[in-house]
Parts: sequence; structure tokens; C-alpha cells
Amino acid sequence: MSNVRVLVGTRKGAFVLTSDGTRKSWKVDGPHFAGWEIYHLKGSPADPERLYASQTSGWFGQVMQRSNDGGKTWETVGNQFEYEGTPGTHRWYDDSPHPWEFKRVWHVEPSRTDPDTVYAGAEDAALFTSRDGGQTWAELPGLRTHHTASEWNPGAGGLCLHTIMLDPKDSDRITVAISSSGTFRSDDGGKTFKAINRGLRSNHIPDPDAEIGHCVHHVAMNPERPNVLFMQKHWDVMRSDDAGDTWREISGNLPTDFGFVVDVNANEPDTVYVLPITSDSHHFVPDGKLRVYRSRTGGDDWEALTKGLPQTDCYVNVLRDAMAVDTLDPCGVYFGTSGGQVYVSPDGGDTWSSIVRDLPGVLSVEVQTLK
Amino acid sequence: MIQVVLPKNLQILAGVGRTVEVDISGPVTQRTVLDALEARHPALLGTMRDHVSKKRRPMIRFFACEEDLSNASLDAPLPEEVAAGKEPLLIIGAIAGGRR
Repeated sequence: MSNVRVLVGTRKGAFVLTSDGTRKSWKVDGPHFAGWEIYHLKGSPADPERLYASQTSGWFGQVMQRSNDGGKTWETVGNQFEYEGTPGTHRWYDDSPHPWEFKRVWHVEPSRTDPDTVYAGAEDAALFTSRDGGQTWAELPGLRTHHTASEWNPGAGGLCLHTIMLDPKDSDRITVAISSSGTFRSDDGGKTFKAINRGLRSNHIPDPDAEIGHCVHHVAMNPERPNVLFMQKHWDVMRSDDAGDTWREISGNLPTDFGFVVDVNANEPDTVYVLPITSDSHHFVPDGKLRVYRSRTGGDDWEALTKGLPQTDCYVNVLRDAMAVDTLDPCGVYFGTSGGQVYVSPDGGDTWSSIVRDLPGVLSVEVQTLK
Repeated sequence: MIQVVLPKNLQILAGVGRTVEVDISGPVTQRTVLDALEARHPALLGTMRDHVSKKRRPMIRFFACEEDLSNASLDAPLPEEVAAGKEPLLIIGAIAGGRR
């Protein structure tokens, strides 16, 4: 029987949650790196025992960690992230030019084929890669030297590159997203990038054809159908059927289309999950009810999933990297909250239960399906 | 031997106790102590000062013999008691925050 390993990054350390394929009984291991913010950790598809973690602190800066035994033990690897050339400036909150400054790694994305190759999404926005298991890092400067980069503005969370998607069918295709600049795609292995934001609409941008400036919160795809992308924007849930070249809104009957997470069922590419949040001024779920919304039609029509989730007096948030799916059948869906709960649905969202209830605030959730 | 006291988070990161000893031949300065500390515990690289500029991270402070040496020259001699191993160089995470 398959097993699952859930990798949870929190504000005060990392936790590794394991279960068999029934996903009913769980072992909780942690905290690893106690006291540190763990923005993200993720396993290599090519070697599931190889994990990477981004460990960060306002005091002590960025540390990168690597495990070769599925998270039982860890070793510190390289943490030198230098922008290529003279970094220049982007826009600050008041629109003044502001020097590019490395702050932290928001997301790590291991290669699908090589355990030693891994990508890192940074704040201030840039894409880095390591080809030696994280010991050394080099920027892929084609993104940060995009002709619009000097106009990029940070979102409230910073100018962060938070989404990295490696196309399983085209090794030259890399799609990234940045708050609050938008989505960008490379079709040449990261040498050059183009903005792919056509069709996004944002109230604060008067130009309906604005190439950049959209606050993309997260983008997801089903690996079997990598040209179909689903996006949770600041406001609006969006879909693209052409790898991001054009987007259309699919918010449909959602109670609010503000939110952070979006993910796609591993077995049903038109089954999509979002978790609506009240608004950008109320970063908690609407009406005191924790509800995942599922569309089985690739968007527009959504149903609330509530069985096993608190439906009274609940006021948590779920951050952009804090939802994941496994590849079992039925597909398991996982998410973690600002209140420290990690929930699992072993049946595609029909029923939910908490794996743990009292962790530090959850920053990220990833899951590995282990054969 | 020079004694260096680390904040808890860096103790965990380096896998050491509160006090670390480093051996230095030549002048005992912030720069030479941190060079020796990082050479002995590479996990600390970049966590106290910038990799390239060697500038102190904003929320790291250095104290010794009841003096705040945070803004002293990297190449200024540390107090004699530190050089003699009688007093430690204290590396402190600035007392700030509480929000998280």
C-alpha cells in the first residue's frame, strides 16, 4: 500500500506528518528548525527522500536545508543568493524606485528528473537555481531583466516569487508568479520570460490590457494537462487553456472570489479546489465557516465542502502555498491554516478531518505520495 | 581560545551549545573572530553578516565587557579580556518583535 508524507512549514518550524494510504492515522514528527520560519519545503519527484526547505528569519536571514532521508535528518546547504549583475530598481509602495534586495526564499521547486537540481523563488522577486543539491545558487536573470521589471510593485507581503511550475511535458517551460506583478513564462529553460497576464482584470489598474501589476496569489495545474492553469488572484479565480497566454474568470457562484490557494485534483483535471477568504481587509474565512469550494467542471460552478470542517466561530486564513493534493485514488486534499490546523480529505473533498490542531501558524503544505 | 556566545537560534542551526571557542592567531577583531567562527561552523555563513560585504545584519548586535560594539570597526581590536579568553564576545539577536 502507498504511504503519504505531508511537509508542513510553519512560523516556528517544520513538521512531517506521515500516514498510510487510508490517511486516517497519522504520525507527527517535529518541530524541525524550532523557532525559525519555514516558508516552504518540498520533495524531489526524482528521489522522494530528497527534500529541500527554506528556513528564514528576520534576524538571521536565509538558510537552506536539505534532507536525504525524507526529513528525518537535515543538513545546511548554501544560502548565498546574489542577483546577477547590477540589480537596479523596482517600484516601492509609493512608486519610487527601490533597489532590488534579497530577503528570503518563498518557494522551492525540485526538478522533476534530477534530485540535485532545484529552483528557488525569492523576495525581491527573482528565480534562482541550484544544480548541486543546493550548495550553490545562481540567478536565472532573464526574469528579473524582463522589460517591465523596473515597474514591478510589491504586494502587502512583499515582492515575492511564490509559484514555480515545471512543465512535465516540456522541460524548457517554466511558469512563475509574482505578487504583485503577475505571471511569467519561459519557453527556453529560463533564459527569457514573457508576461502572461492577458485577460486578468484588477480594479486598481485602469488599463484593461495592462501587461503587469496583477496580484496573482497562486497558480496550479494538473501535470497530465499542463496547458490548463488555474489561478487564485487577489480577487477573481481564473483559468487559462493555453498555458497562460489568455485567461478567463471562473469565479461563478463563489461566496467571495478573494483567496490565496488553488489546487487541482490529481485524477480529475477539471476538479478544482479553492478556499474563499472574506476580503483583502478581512483575512479570514467568511461567516465563521471554514469551507473549501470544489468545482467539477473546471470552474464557474462551485460547491461548498464542509463535512468535518468547523462551521461556527472559525476565523482562520489559509495562505497561498498551504494547500496540496496527493496522487492516490481517491485523491487526498490537504490544507493548513493560520491557526495551526492541518486538515485532510481522503476522498477528494467529500469529508475532512484534522491531522493536527495546534501547530504554529501554517505557511505551506506539500504532500508526497510514496510507493 | 576566544569565547563566543551565540543566540539560541544559531546554537540550534550550528548544532552547538551556548558558548563556542575559536582559536585565532594574530589580531583579535570582529572580523577575525567571525571568520574563524564561520570557518568552524559553515552553517552560520550569512546569518550574522552579509556573505560579500561582511556588513552586520541589521538585527544582530555584538557586545563584550558590557560595551555595545555593534557599530565598531570590523577591524578594531576587541577588548583585551576577550582576546585573553576571559570574557566572551556576545552575539545577540536584537530584542524586537513579538508580532510573530
